[in-house]
Amino acid sequence: MSNIHVTTTINGDSVEYLCAPEETLLDVLRDRLGMTGSKEGCGTGDCGACSVTVDGRLVCSCLMLGAEAEGREIATIEGMAAGEVLHPLQRKFLEHAALQCGICTPGILVAAKALLEKNPDPSEEETRYWLAGNLCRCTGYDKVIRAVMDAAAEMREAS
Amino acid sequence: MRYEAPQTVESAVSILSATPAGCHVLAGGTDLLVRMRAGMSEPEVIVDIKRIAGMHEISAEEGGWRIGAAVCGAELGEHEGVCAAWPGVVEALELIGSTQVQGRATLAGNLCNASPAADSVPAMVAAGAVARVAGPDGTRDVAVQDVPTDPGKTSLGRGEFVTSIFLPARPERASDAYLRFIPRTEMDIAVVGCGVNLELDADGTCTQARVALGAVGPKVILVEDAAAALAGSALDDAALERLAAACSQAASPIDDKRGTVAFRKHVAGVLARRAAIIARDRARGEA
Repeated sequence: MSNIHVTTTINGDSVEYLCAPEETLLDVLRDRLGMTGSKEGCGTGDCGACSVTVDGRLVCSCLMLGAEAEGREIATIEGMAAGEVLHPLQRKFLEHAALQCGICTPGILVAAKALLEKNPDPSEEETRYWLAGNLCRCTGYDKVIRAVMDAAAEMREAS
Repeated sequence: MRYEAPQTVESAVSILSATPAGCHVLAGGTDLLVRMRAGMSEPEVIVDIKRIAGMHEISAEEGGWRIGAAVCGAELGEHEGVCAAWPGVVEALELIGSTQVQGRATLAGNLCNASPAADSVPAMVAAGAVARVAGPDGTRDVAVQDVPTDPGKTSLGRGEFVTSIFLPARPERASDAYLRFIPRTEMDIAVVGCGVNLELDADGTCTQARVALGAVGPKVILVEDAAAALAGSALDDAALERLAAACSQAASPIDDKRGTVAFRKHVAGVLARRAAIIARDRARGEA
């Protein structure tokens, strides 16, 4: 079967690729575009390690076909830092040691960024519910939540 | 496999009609892509309906709301008009999956996936929602409870797909609610689900009710006896007791790893009572 030609925008850059019809956006990102920041944990939308935003909406890239990205605006973990300057969420994750093995971290960062763009001042409960689709088997979540709350506070002060 | 993203309903219908057995509709994909990955579904053609005009729209119609088949849970939850009129339907859809899943999952997809445990379906049935179905012979309107027929099966014919869901006009002093039982607080499949939709008169007497149960039968159950138990009552304890008994009676669940028959029948009654109280308080403007 012939590949599909897709033109899309990823982290602000116009990108073109060919993909097979059944290929997920996650496979396209990792295997065709070399953007391996998004991880595959479960491949069935349960773990959130592959989180990206599509037209500003948080989704699992494993539950979307690469072909569906035509004309959309995709944002991945690779677009989060500004060059060498880490996003406040990334910095706070380091400060709070909110990761161990790190497989879940890109997805959690992308999800947390989407939360703070929608709600700059979330409660801890709102944050925990928002991130319920991002599984972490190392941290027990407390440090993750503290890092997100701390980053949110810093971003509110800065704005 | 072939991927098609038609821009018109007619073109989608013609692709679906040409490959009836091997053609799958893609809206949010939160069920289809999982089934494909598990090898449970091997479509020859996928028809992505998200490029068709109107599929992402929520529009006011005859006092009610028409919700396009590609409107996701997050979009529905951000729509003030639908949230005000049909909070039970919105809360049912929003219970499905994570924030990420909410960015994709749709009412129409939840309906057509035909899982007996689909959360939004009992809420839509209680609401009296109607699915608009496009097919080779044009469009037809089907009551939502008549779309699923068995686990994984729908009444849709060759070449047909759901283009929108219509939630009817909401009278004064009326509201709805949906509750489900799961053994944790988030991200799970309903062991029992219950949608209740009520109308009150100026004195607070219930004039009309619709009650639907999920996950306690091969498809959603519209419980007529439960509606009869509430209609004409002041929604007092005695009426709620009759409602609970009718729901426990109507539930015909199976034993499985998520719950026993006896537990599910009992919980069907408990949830119905609690959902009725929430719907009543909303209808009174107290919640």
